[in-house]
Amino acid sequence: MSLSALKYRTPGDIAFTVGLVLTCALVLFLTLYPIYFVVIASVSDPTMVATGRVWFIPQGISWFGYEQILADERIWTGYRNTILYTVVGTAVNLLVTLPAAYALSRREFKPRRVLMFFFAFTMFFNGGLIPMYLLLRDLNLLDNWLVFILPTAVNVYNLIIARAFFENSLPEELYEAATIDGSNYFQFFLRMALPLSMAIISVIGLYYLVQHWNDFFTGLVFVRDYDKQPLQIVLRDILISNQAFSGGAGGSGGSGGGSYAQQYADQIKYGVIVVSTLPVIVLYPFLQRYFEKGVMIGSVKG
Amino acid sequence: MTVTRTGPAQEAAVAPSRGTSRPRPKGVAGLRRHVHRYWQLWVMALPAIGFVVLFAYVPMYGLQLAFREFDFTAGLTGGEWVGLKYFRQFFESPQFWTLMRNTVVISVTTLVVGFIAPIALALLVNQVIGRRRKRFLQTATYLPHFISIVVIVGMLQVFLSPSSGLITRVAEMVGVSGANFLGDTSAFVPVYVISEVWQHAGWNSIIYLAALASVDPQLYEAARIDGAGRFTIIRHIDLPALVPTMIVLFILNMGTVLSTGFEKIFLMQNPLNLGVSEVLATYVYKIGILSNQFSYGTAIGLFNTLINFTFLVITNQVAKRVSNTSLW
Repeated sequence: MSLSALKYRTPGDIAFTVGLVLTCALVLFLTLYPIYFVVIASVSDPTMVATGRVWFIPQGISWFGYEQILADERIWTGYRNTILYTVVGTAVNLLVTLPAAYALSRREFKPRRVLMFFFAFTMFFNGGLIPMYLLLRDLNLLDNWLVFILPTAVNVYNLIIARAFFENSLPEELYEAATIDGSNYFQFFLRMALPLSMAIISVIGLYYLVQHWNDFFTGLVFVRDYDKQPLQIVLRDILISNQAFSGGAGGSGGSGGGSYAQQYADQIKYGVIVVSTLPVIVLYPFLQRYFEKGVMIGSVKG
Repeated sequence: MTVTRTGPAQEAAVAPSRGTSRPRPKGVAGLRRHVHRYWQLWVMALPAIGFVVLFAYVPMYGLQLAFREFDFTAGLTGGEWVGLKYFRQFFESPQFWTLMRNTVVISVTTLVVGFIAPIALALLVNQVIGRRRKRFLQTATYLPHFISIVVIVGMLQVFLSPSSGLITRVAEMVGVSGANFLGDTSAFVPVYVISEVWQHAGWNSIIYLAALASVDPQLYEAARIDGAGRFTIIRHIDLPALVPTMIVLFILNMGTVLSTGFEKIFLMQNPLNLGVSEVLATYVYKIGILSNQFSYGTAIGLFNTLINFTFLVITNQVAKRVSNTSLW
């Protein structure tokens, strides 16, 4: 810092530095304040929030929203379903993606060029919603919890990232040495490639995890049975369709806003946002470097 | 997001098990040799191939439904051939121009603003001196990327609520009173695009920051000695360093010119803004899934996909000719 600061000391540079600091502060504020506000609004007195007296510090602490959420079975059913789909789904994703990525990373495997095209093509062209819907209907996957797992078993983008990693990070000599020891592809993959690739396994594992956790589309289009719906569908009902109270009371609609029930419904909404996003936000700072690594690997030519 | 750049290093990689230089046998013998040598790799790739065939290529096969009457017993392959009937129906429908206009306005605005914002952010973050400060800024700006779309739209609804929303109150403080950002048709696109930028600009800047990190420091030194100010350095060193990445991302984005995010728009729709918020993707869902007009829905979906695909191919060809950068 001090060295660089010495270098930049013309009046123009000082003005630049001031502008830079202010812009960065503004960016930070605009990014983080909405999230911070949701958190403080969720524990503040709803009337205080609605009348604009809560800005930076929670006012008149109230746990009403969280009490309602704790008592709302829809949320916990949704949570349970989402955890199930996320855990099973991510496991299937990794089991399918990693071996294929490894096979496609072997340079001596000539069909890999054709296969890569076969995979990559689906990123740019697809059958669209209706054929997919009819296919899932024919396969009896509508209203079936496997619909959250199987159609998204391979994400081609993640496959490409994993392949690029295997190709660039596993030294060729290692494979040659293993071949001399009589190791075949299966053994090499399990004993050498996987243990040396924990970085990429974490990266694409996390990508898949977030994808499952945030999946709203599948539940909306392919599932009717409410007991099978994931958290995101329940969140939609509470946050957007305004069914904050499971009994159906609080939904006074947009028009009756500001009303007593509306204020309490809003507090439940703030609480629901916190409860549903908390796992991601709490884990995020620890996992961030893995996510970032994925972007880097994906952008290098594989 | 792979860029094809064939280099000698890649070609030089020699298959370890191919020791001799004999011409490789062709035909059945060659196939047997291939299977004998590589069957394990095939086994490893097969589950992924199977899933992609089933859930990507079978639906593509089902696109023929766009040219046929839907037949409940035939399912995906459809019934009687009707040619372009459903396309004609769509082009002649009163919805057509509204849908096209809404889709183009939303996606082009998102494309332009969503393309510039990460570049600007990367250039900004790159100016920050000190590793820890830089990391903190990055960590903070990536965060919203992981919030689910449902929660984002939920946040928009509580913040923009006409009676008690945070943003509505801020707008009142600066003199805009009685604003209804959720119902006003002129507010829909700005709200959509600004929230997209809020959520994704940070994340999308990662790749540009990586490109900036690989700029040779000597360039900065030299520019500094020549008396260049920091804006001049950004303009003449940083920005040119981002051009190859910009081109690749631009091509990729062009492939989505007519595909707006279905989920977010669908969730943001309400009876008041439907005139500007109904787009091809949401219309396909309503026609196809909600009112069971399967052939019609497939035709509209195919029309949408074909336009996107054409844009992608054209942009890629142009970029190839102009700058030698392309996806394939």
